Amino acid sequence: MNADAPTTVASTPTPPQAKKEHTGSRRMPFDVRQLSLVGVLLALVVVGALTKPDEFLAGENLRLILTQASVIGVVTVGVTFVIIGGGIDLSVGAIVALASVWATTVATQDFGLTGMLLCSLLVGLGCGLVNGLLIAYGPMVPFIATLAMLASARGLALQISDGNTQVVQVDAVLDLGIKDSYVLGIPPIVLVFALVCVVGWLVLNRTTFGRRTVAVGGNAEASRLAGIAVKRQRLLLYLLSGLCCGIAAFMLIILTGSGQNTNGNLYELDAIAAAIIGGTLLSGGRGTILGSVLGVLVFTTITNLFALNNLQTDIQQIAKGAIIVAAVLVQKGRSTS
Amino acid sequence: MTDNPRVPRAATSRRNMLFGTAAGAALLATGCTSNENNDGKEESAGAQVADSKPGKKVTIGFAGPQADHGWLNAITTQAKNRAKKYEDVTLEATEGSNDNATQVGQVETLINKKVDVLVVLPADGKALTQAGLKAMRAGIPVVNLDRIFSTQQAYRCWIGGDNYGMGLNAGRYIGEQLKDKKNAKVVELAGIDNLELTRQRTKGFDDALKNYPNIEKVARQAAEFTVESGQKKMSALLQAQKSFDALWNHDDDQGVGAERAIKQAGRDEFIMVGGAGSKRVMEAIKKDDSVVKATVLYPPTMAASAIDLARALGQGKGISGMAEYEIPAQVTLYSAVVTKKNVDEYLPIGFT
Repeated sequence: MNADAPTTVASTPTPPQAKKEHTGSRRMPFDVRQLSLVGVLLALVVVGALTKPDEFLAGENLRLILTQASVIGVVTVGVTFVIIGGGIDLSVGAIVALASVWATTVATQDFGLTGMLLCSLLVGLGCGLVNGLLIAYGPMVPFIATLAMLASARGLALQISDGNTQVVQVDAVLDLGIKDSYVLGIPPIVLVFALVCVVGWLVLNRTTFGRRTVAVGGNAEASRLAGIAVKRQRLLLYLLSGLCCGIAAFMLIILTGSGQNTNGNLYELDAIAAAIIGGTLLSGGRGTILGSVLGVLVFTTITNLFALNNLQTDIQQIAKGAIIVAAVLVQKGRSTS
Repeated sequence: MTDNPRVPRAATSRRNMLFGTAAGAALLATGCTSNENNDGKEESAGAQVADSKPGKKVTIGFAGPQADHGWLNAITTQAKNRAKKYEDVTLEATEGSNDNATQVGQVETLINKKVDVLVVLPADGKALTQAGLKAMRAGIPVVNLDRIFSTQQAYRCWIGGDNYGMGLNAGRYIGEQLKDKKNAKVVELAGIDNLELTRQRTKGFDDALKNYPNIEKVARQAAEFTVESGQKKMSALLQAQKSFDALWNHDDDQGVGAERAIKQAGRDEFIMVGGAGSKRVMEAIKKDDSVVKATVLYPPTMAASAIDLARALGQGKGISGMAEYEIPAQVTLYSAVVTKKNVDEYLPIGFT
């Protein structure tokens, strides 16, 4: 967990800030990884401003980028916790699909907004609970347990929806995605995203739960000897990830006005990629919410930038891969030199 | 299925046109462009043709991909319902699968069961070619549905949609709507870009627009046939293009998301043309209170027609309305444009 402390000191490019912040231990809000991500983000903004000044720099577009980042962003916050705690969650996309489908069945829609929201959250929590129990008390390897959940949840989503796109008829839900519902120009789902980020940051950095997460991910055996209930901690982490998926599913319902079993396609990869380029160690014990959020924003901005410039899928994919490699190499170079 | 006790409806059996209920599915291959049910009109060539009267018992094996979205779902339903209609048809349907290896296994199981005719909608046509060949060599005629095998030896009859024609008709419709407008701008929301069918649709669309020099396609983005991707890509397109005149969306399922994005952006200065022909979009066309003005069909009724063809093959008959003694080797369906004018006709075949 202290692995980044010496490297931070060693990185000369930003000495004053790094030194000053280092005294704040690992809880400092910025480290070099995030600075380099901010650099990537700024570079993207410059490219956007040069190529499509009118469209890219519009306030409307900022709102669009944030809206598109919201759903995957909330999922990524949950995944970040799991990875810091030494686990992995491959089932997030499938859980989002299942929750969004279950919450949009005709029967659930009868209960209106509250019923749909509750259903979405409960399905997320339920899947998280199954994941957590299997992994903590099975015990099963997280990779396998969540892979099994991925398959079953997608299957169940397909069975419930019967392959149909379930269009939402509840106006109270639909209205949350339309301009009239914006608070000070900010769409409600972006506000939820912001709230999840703030709460996630507080929980990770200001609570015992957060410290235990880092400890368990850094060294589970040492944590156990130190008196931390490692199993319970693991269970809670997957519950948390499931809850985030439930929230994200409801946001997706608002955004698309429907539930479909293809929802959340490849979210697991997007979320893990965002967390990793945000500086979270895949082996656990280290990571930040801010880094993950920046990771999500980088990906969303790239997608936005490419669409505005009318670049096609092939080029988008090639460039996306290149940018991931570049971002990670830059981080590596700066944190080890 | 034979376990269904329902007796075929005598009233509809008079409508013995093989493609009778497949209203929009006119036969391009035969030049027959009838768009309506030829109720009561008896057409018969001298040859022995299949009709709705019970004949020789036929067991049809059906293997399709996993029905995980609207159109594929409709395919399975169409096939099953059509088979139920015939007293003399037993349908052996396998669980749908998107995995090539699994589907090969399923086709082989059906061969071993010695079904009389096979109807195969491959998850991937090229990958399933060997399975088709094996069935043909075993003496089981194969009706290849939509996604075509790589060799004609692997099927007795191919029936499917026309992706290029779909793009062509979408382009023509939009072209006609905008032909008097100077510097008209068109936007395209495509489907999954690494599928050949998406590229064919785009090519047809582009070729049609070439006939209208006043129209320029200003932007194109590819979504993934899902609602979520439709919303995402459409909102970016709307941001990129402050104003345009027409939009063609390849797929009505992803259109749910695209229409949501349009609503969220509060835009309505253009006309939107859909693709595939879902019930939801047809209802929107009928209501005429949104940007959705038309949709280009990719009729799932082709599965029902495939069952008809398989039955005719099993009974050794030709099809009515044609002079030939045999059913054709290839049947390409027509992608009709559904507008407010003709929507009532097509509503019954719109899929959910």
